[in-house]
Amino acid sequence: MIGSPATGNSSRSEGRLLSLLLVPVALIALGPVVRLLLEGVGLGSGLTGDHLATVLTRDSTRTALWHSLVTAAGGTVLSVVIGAAFAFLVALTDVRGRAALVFCLMVPMMIPPQITALAWMQMMGPSSVLLRMLGIAPPLGSPQPLHSPGGIILLLGIQHASIVFLTLRAGLRQIPADLVEAARMSGARGRKVWAQIVLPLSLPALGAGAAMAFVTALGNFGIPAMLGIPARYSTVPTLIYQRLVGLGPSVLPEVAVLALIVGVVAIAGVLLGRGVLARRSYGLVGLSGQPLSIALGRARLPVEIALWAFIAAILVLPLTALLFTSLIPAYGVPLTLDTLTFGAWTEALFVQPVTRRAYVNSLMLATVAAAVLMAVALPLAWLIARRPSRWTRSVDALVDLPYALPGVVLSIACILAFIDLPFTDLTLYGTIWIILAAYLARFLVVMLRPVQASVSQLDPAMEEAAAAAGARLGRRLRTIVLPLAAPAAAAGAILVFLTAVNELTVSALLWSSGTETLGVVIYNLEDSGETVMASAVAMSIVVLIVCLMGCVQLAARRLPKGVVPWQS
Amino acid sequence: MAELIYSGLTKRFDGTAAPALDGIDARVAEGEFVALLGPSGCGKTTLLRLTAGFEEPTAGTLHMGADMVAGPGRFVPPEDRGIGIVFQSYALWPHMSVAGNVSYPLQVRGLKPAERRARVAEALALTGLTELAGRAPSQLSGGQRQRVALARCLVAEPRAVLLDEPLANLDLALRGSMQEAFAAFHQRTGATMLYVTHDQGEALALADRIAVMESGRIRQFAAPEVLYSEPADCFVAGFVGDGAVVSAQAAGPLAGGDLPVLAMGHTLTARARTGAISHLSIRPEDITLVSEGGLRAGVIGCTYLGGRFRLRLDTGGEDLVAMSPRRAAPGDHVGLRITAPWAFRDPDSPAAAAVREAAHA
Repeated sequence: MIGSPATGNSSRSEGRLLSLLLVPVALIALGPVVRLLLEGVGLGSGLTGDHLATVLTRDSTRTALWHSLVTAAGGTVLSVVIGAAFAFLVALTDVRGRAALVFCLMVPMMIPPQITALAWMQMMGPSSVLLRMLGIAPPLGSPQPLHSPGGIILLLGIQHASIVFLTLRAGLRQIPADLVEAARMSGARGRKVWAQIVLPLSLPALGAGAAMAFVTALGNFGIPAMLGIPARYSTVPTLIYQRLVGLGPSVLPEVAVLALIVGVVAIAGVLLGRGVLARRSYGLVGLSGQPLSIALGRARLPVEIALWAFIAAILVLPLTALLFTSLIPAYGVPLTLDTLTFGAWTEALFVQPVTRRAYVNSLMLATVAAAVLMAVALPLAWLIARRPSRWTRSVDALVDLPYALPGVVLSIACILAFIDLPFTDLTLYGTIWIILAAYLARFLVVMLRPVQASVSQLDPAMEEAAAAAGARLGRRLRTIVLPLAAPAAAAGAILVFLTAVNELTVSALLWSSGTETLGVVIYNLEDSGETVMASAVAMSIVVLIVCLMGCVQLAARRLPKGVVPWQS
Repeated sequence: MAELIYSGLTKRFDGTAAPALDGIDARVAEGEFVALLGPSGCGKTTLLRLTAGFEEPTAGTLHMGADMVAGPGRFVPPEDRGIGIVFQSYALWPHMSVAGNVSYPLQVRGLKPAERRARVAEALALTGLTELAGRAPSQLSGGQRQRVALARCLVAEPRAVLLDEPLANLDLALRGSMQEAFAAFHQRTGATMLYVTHDQGEALALADRIAVMESGRIRQFAAPEVLYSEPADCFVAGFVGDGAVVSAQAAGPLAGGDLPVLAMGHTLTARARTGAISHLSIRPEDITLVSEGGLRAGVIGCTYLGGRFRLRLDTGGEDLVAMSPRRAAPGDHVGLRITAPWAFRDPDSPAAAAVREAAHA
């Protein structure tokens, strides 16, 4: 280029100034992960070969790793069964009330896992308020059946079924109806069409969904913590938690090894999923506007009843049990009209300083994270879309990483990165800022993708018209891009807020007295036997989350495709 | 308003071998209406975007009046060029009303609200949009959106108005009336206008001068009637207007604009500016059908154009196009007389080289 460096080139220099945004984004989002990787090659407190060897040869490590793999695999199988059944029925047939079904199937994923675990524990076991009301509770003293590997697998399977469902449904939607029509013309009918045409075409999506469910299950902390720790059944995330909580930062190098192991397994899972998805290109050409729709005929009503019964079993029953437990005065007291009290609710929401603080902390963290990410995502999405370079492409590809990695891995990475701030004596460890930093890293991609979808759909001519009208870059972003991307940004902010409120894994390792989050408080309350209060806090969060999801749902029609995760 | 002066303007996009624009030299006079005409991929839109400042040239300079807006060491971004542009997609901002869209350029310039309102009202009146001021762009028809885009572009009194295939998304009936609107708009404002189109009808109807482009170069830059009657090369002769291009060679010296030429085995008198010619451009109106004598040709196709028939004729190797008041059946034979076709020398046609070689042999 002959004309550079240009003078009076204000637009380009503004653009260059904006590119500086990539630096803090890369530092916050990717810095910790890079720091953890460096730990792996021996930086910092020094990871030598024998360190690796001691951790790996320890029985507890191998047991935990084995448990992690077993529960994650078992949960994945269950997720695939549930998610695939729902996806095939909802996406391919004419069942009614799909939007409501999908919404209900999504709720377990949006509810914090420790709340799911708490709710299920209230539905089963000898002290279940619900079962005792119905008079079918097992005798006192009998064990809680969920405190077992089976219980962990069951809940992981339910929690992550919607991941398989969403991936598979997206895949099924891409199968043009004419393929099935062509099969029918060739004489295939009913089950044969499904087995010979639909199933093979949807296998890549199913595989990708399974890989994602596996990675998520592997990183799940809430469920194995609530169900596994009482049963002395530890997975790698709970092992890391117990070591770090019990022994403090001195065990950092050791847990870093554990985190790296989980991280490697998770990344392998993610790459496998992407690889499978990439190979889905069977060359499904000519996306006909008509997606598949199979008439169920007389089977429709029974199928609908079965689907709703399942939703009732995995969603309504546990939440009812949770609600009932939250309404008794003390654990062990049966729920009757006389004993019904909102004491635990008022105690949790208005009296107890810890729960109030947790509410304030969680809502503050979620709000600040959502606000900061909203402010960052818009210019970042604009940069990626309009000024592509090697740097924007790398950031675009790598921001998935902190979200895809299990929460424990990111937490350890954040501790390593922020325990001694470079060039200062300061530490973020033990402050609320380390949780915020971790949230910013983890949820950037949740915010960025909807905004990106929205910005990339904008006609560049809109901005060029504004430039021709004399508006500089800042003004164009403010008056043209921002208003047009605002709905997507709002949806992204609500999603970040939801996921942040929902979050336990990251904060479980990063909290300290005074910086508890809701997830931590529920876990601690239950851990110390305050089940009733834990239920009240949990139930209030469920209400909050369902309301927020409802807001997104209402706005869904005005948002670009793909912004609302449970609608495609 | 200002004149536009391009010299040696070249644009090369990364990763492409051929430049999108290859040394454009041209001058658009103040207040002139110029059309950039060419097939898709010829570089006309790139030239428009370079003029607007959305792209930086690889080499060469662009002046607007006395200002160099692009050239070595200097690049004025679009927001400082004071140009107006109408996009093919109109690019109306959907979150602003019609009046909001039109007043945006004035807002950006920091005009006082009272003056802004007056000028917006004036622009809306000029484009016949006063009634629609409060509507959202999504509530407008294609033609109305087009006029909003035009009003938005003229309200800031730009130095030059650029139009990027503005009629491509409109239906045929609307195109005619919008063409008239553009012509009237140009007359009233006296703006320097650059109009990109691939539709020669539009270009011929609207422009003072047309730059015919192909492969990143301007093939000919002239008034519509000159392009039609005196094309500079085979591309322009074939691209603009109906008719045929046949190879020919001079059969005598040039005398007072008349040149005897040998084409299709006959000697004709052609109009020419030089004796070194390689081709003839024969328009349908150069051909008179005769029943006796003349050049014999076979009819290979006949289409009705309303009021007359267009005949495709084979003269034994070269095809011609003629108009006839009567229908003719394929296979019929007709005689024809060719009066004053235009003879020119195509600079880079292989046929020209072949003719030269044949002449030497």
